[in-house]
Amino acid sequence: MTERITIDPITRIEGHLRIDAEVDGGKVTKAWSSGQMWRGIELILQGRDPRDAWIFTQRICGVCTTVHALASVRAVENALQLEIPLNAQYIRNIVMSIHALQDHIVHFYVLSALDWVDVVSALKADPAKTAALAGSISSWPNNSAKRFKAVQEKVQGIVDSGQLGPFANGYWGHPAMTLPPEANLMAVAHYLEALDYQRKATQALGIISGKNPHIQNLSVGGVTTALNPDSDSALNMERLYWIKQLIGEVRGFIQQVYLPDVAAIGALYKDWLPYGAGVTNYLAVPDMVLDTKATKFDLPGGTIMNGDLSTVKPISSFNDPYFRDNVVENISHAWYKGDWSKHPYEEETVPEYTEFQDDGKYTWLKAPRFAGKPMQVGPLAQLLVGYAQGHQEIIKNVNNALSLVSSVAGVTVGPEVLHSTLGRHVARAVRASMLADLSLKHWDLLVDNIGKGDLTIFNKPVFPKGEQRGFGIHEAPRGALSHWIVIQDGKIKNYQCVVPSTWNAGPRDKEGLPGPYEASLVGNPIADAKQPLEVLRTIHSFDPCIACAVHMLDPEGKETIKVKAL
Amino acid sequence: MTDTVKSTDLDLQLNRRGFLKGCTMVAAALGISEAMIPKLVEAATSAQRPPVIWLHFQECTGCTESLLRASHPDIGRLILDIISLDYHETVMAAAGHQAEKSLHDTLDKYAGKFLCVVEGAIPTKDKGIYCKIAGRTAVDILAEVAPKAAAIIAIGSCASYGGIQAAAPNPTGAKGVKDLVSGTPVINIPGCPPNPISFLGTVLHYLTFNRLPITDNLGRPLFAYGRKIHDHCERRAHFDEGRFAEQFGDFGHRNGYCLYKVGCKGPGTFSNCPSARFNDVDVWPVSVGHGCVGCTEPDFWDTMTPFYERLPNVQIPGTGGITDVDSAGKKILGVAAAAVGIHAAIGIGKKLVKGCGCKDDKKGGTNS
Repeated sequence: MTERITIDPITRIEGHLRIDAEVDGGKVTKAWSSGQMWRGIELILQGRDPRDAWIFTQRICGVCTTVHALASVRAVENALQLEIPLNAQYIRNIVMSIHALQDHIVHFYVLSALDWVDVVSALKADPAKTAALAGSISSWPNNSAKRFKAVQEKVQGIVDSGQLGPFANGYWGHPAMTLPPEANLMAVAHYLEALDYQRKATQALGIISGKNPHIQNLSVGGVTTALNPDSDSALNMERLYWIKQLIGEVRGFIQQVYLPDVAAIGALYKDWLPYGAGVTNYLAVPDMVLDTKATKFDLPGGTIMNGDLSTVKPISSFNDPYFRDNVVENISHAWYKGDWSKHPYEEETVPEYTEFQDDGKYTWLKAPRFAGKPMQVGPLAQLLVGYAQGHQEIIKNVNNALSLVSSVAGVTVGPEVLHSTLGRHVARAVRASMLADLSLKHWDLLVDNIGKGDLTIFNKPVFPKGEQRGFGIHEAPRGALSHWIVIQDGKIKNYQCVVPSTWNAGPRDKEGLPGPYEASLVGNPIADAKQPLEVLRTIHSFDPCIACAVHMLDPEGKETIKVKAL
Repeated sequence: MTDTVKSTDLDLQLNRRGFLKGCTMVAAALGISEAMIPKLVEAATSAQRPPVIWLHFQECTGCTESLLRASHPDIGRLILDIISLDYHETVMAAAGHQAEKSLHDTLDKYAGKFLCVVEGAIPTKDKGIYCKIAGRTAVDILAEVAPKAAAIIAIGSCASYGGIQAAAPNPTGAKGVKDLVSGTPVINIPGCPPNPISFLGTVLHYLTFNRLPITDNLGRPLFAYGRKIHDHCERRAHFDEGRFAEQFGDFGHRNGYCLYKVGCKGPGTFSNCPSARFNDVDVWPVSVGHGCVGCTEPDFWDTMTPFYERLPNVQIPGTGGITDVDSAGKKILGVAAAAVGIHAAIGIGKKLVKGCGCKDDKKGGTNS
């Protein structure tokens, strides 16, 4: 018998997402992903000053704060063919990497761990055995029996109070929750510790960017972070070393707690390794720029098709036509008028809401396609693209993580297990670990350059008459992000964002090919259709960000919103 | 364990002394006497934690994210010790029906007693279809929850004034809470996002005194929005002496000169940014080199743009000159405060539902 389940709201994500699934014989047979909010920010941008766009687009999302800011300034700079001073590139790289550290930590502990970790079961754990378990995978000094006992008492106090707050009505005792109590207690303790370490990352980000969420130190042409070792009103050595210290502390947490936790939980749930692959076409864009023209990078971009690493093709600059010419968006199943596939520069979209139609339109998200194919984006895509291209740092870090998983699981696993729900978590932790190292590398590059006497941070943008087109790319925590701008006489004529969560959470296309969320759910086990925890596991593994995913643009600037009678 | 606030306190670093220091800072921010600190501590650690329902509408979650950056109290202490966060889509374990159950349990059990926080604007155009949760529109959910709340805190510029989605042409008819709710006290904590101190100070004030703090005529608490940024900016002396950064990276910019000429909107913006600062690292945008964008003011997306042009009608000392209105941004000083009268509360319950989506006004009812 086929049973239909609807989960709305999907919680512990950014934004408003609904997931529908048909379940037959304890497995998902068909799924729909539906974005439930639309704001029209791209429409609001029309006619405005292109220099302001990054401040607007950053407000697309406060979880992925910084990412739309970076993509936006890069889009305008691409349109103007403006080079960026080295200091500005390094500062942007530090901003990008520190933000990702915070974002990845929060995603795992706050937004997804409760799919795998049973908080109530932690009450049954033996704190001494918990310390032994933690000690077997990490040398983190806070993993003491005393601390685990204090955490256990804390959880007991919350349960006894009857006010469970955010832990109320969770999936405690669900048959799919199979971690031993000690692993649950370890993870709950690290959940609470993660709150402290993510904050340290935001402090480092604050020093360099003025505040966050929503940094305020970018500008088309560079950054506005003043550099001057001889001033108290600029980034000087005291401030720079404060940043370095904070990054170092966060790096310790990532490499000694987050990565081992993910590896251990992945290994203890090894029955789940076959699930959740979905779309195995992967797309990543290059980032961590090393030169003023953005042609050299520390993180690689490219595509892989059908899960076959030998198909890898690189994306090798911020101006690569292979990327620029292959992106389209399709609206066959999205709440916009018409049935077309168009390049982002050419899109003209009219919202047309129809309620949820299984075989028709059912979401505010469009369906982006690359060379006509749905693509999965995110940390997994970037690692696989790098792995396939022989990127030494990525190969080393991936292999280290897989050997940790293998040692806890008691079986040897290779990179093929990464095409999965758990693989996305492992990849994210590996990427966080690499970015922690890279943020320190770019701190060194910045300080070296300042030491040479270069304090340049800005090249003034000049907007010529006529039309310019540009695109800006950024490998965000959730994957490949691109902004597309058309400038006419110094004003925004057209603006479009093609974002990671649209790639992943988007609907079927004209050919009926499902997006990555939808494809990844098919085959997922469901123990209890009334408590579809397993659906959350796979959806959360993508790190959904729905405010980012929902966009609309009407290049004519007309009042064109029409709504069908409900 | 007598040194900790609660015997089950897990935060081994934040002992009673550290916590009292936090409370003292909040007390100072709130402008209340030190004699009240014991009461503040009691309110912050009482056995029965006040239930909070946190609603997300048209938003980016930046306001919630800002709380992850707070240290006194930090997020763990806030949601585990001080309040009972019964519904919050970003952090709650439950989803779907289970999440809805959490919402309705609190609505039933604590009617008239819970604190409601709204993050995000409410789209009112086309029957509110641009934001739906569990099949219901944001307007419907607000209409159900608002009348039962003891008080509502609108966190961020979106919940306060409509925010970015209300910027021209406001495609979804986005509005702030105060535009739609009357009968339940509403306080605005604008900012994009606001400093978490301003929100947390309001919560602790409410829990301590059982009433909301005093506000200005835009519904903002005076303790956080009582002063103009320009009047307590560390670069003010440079302004008064006529020393300006003319371009990012120039000599003036590298040496902390006034950012007015590169677009700073501090002369038209009320907020505690220069004193409260952000992220516990003693920074705010101006200290790092970027002008204020005016994010605590209503409709700043329209009135404070272009962000890199000068705010008009500002008298530059020593020159006797006033910047040219035509060559600069659209903001005219003094307009924002006068505009508040245009905010018309539509009412709660049936009135609220009835009142929305009927008028397809181009600006969606923002106070332009």
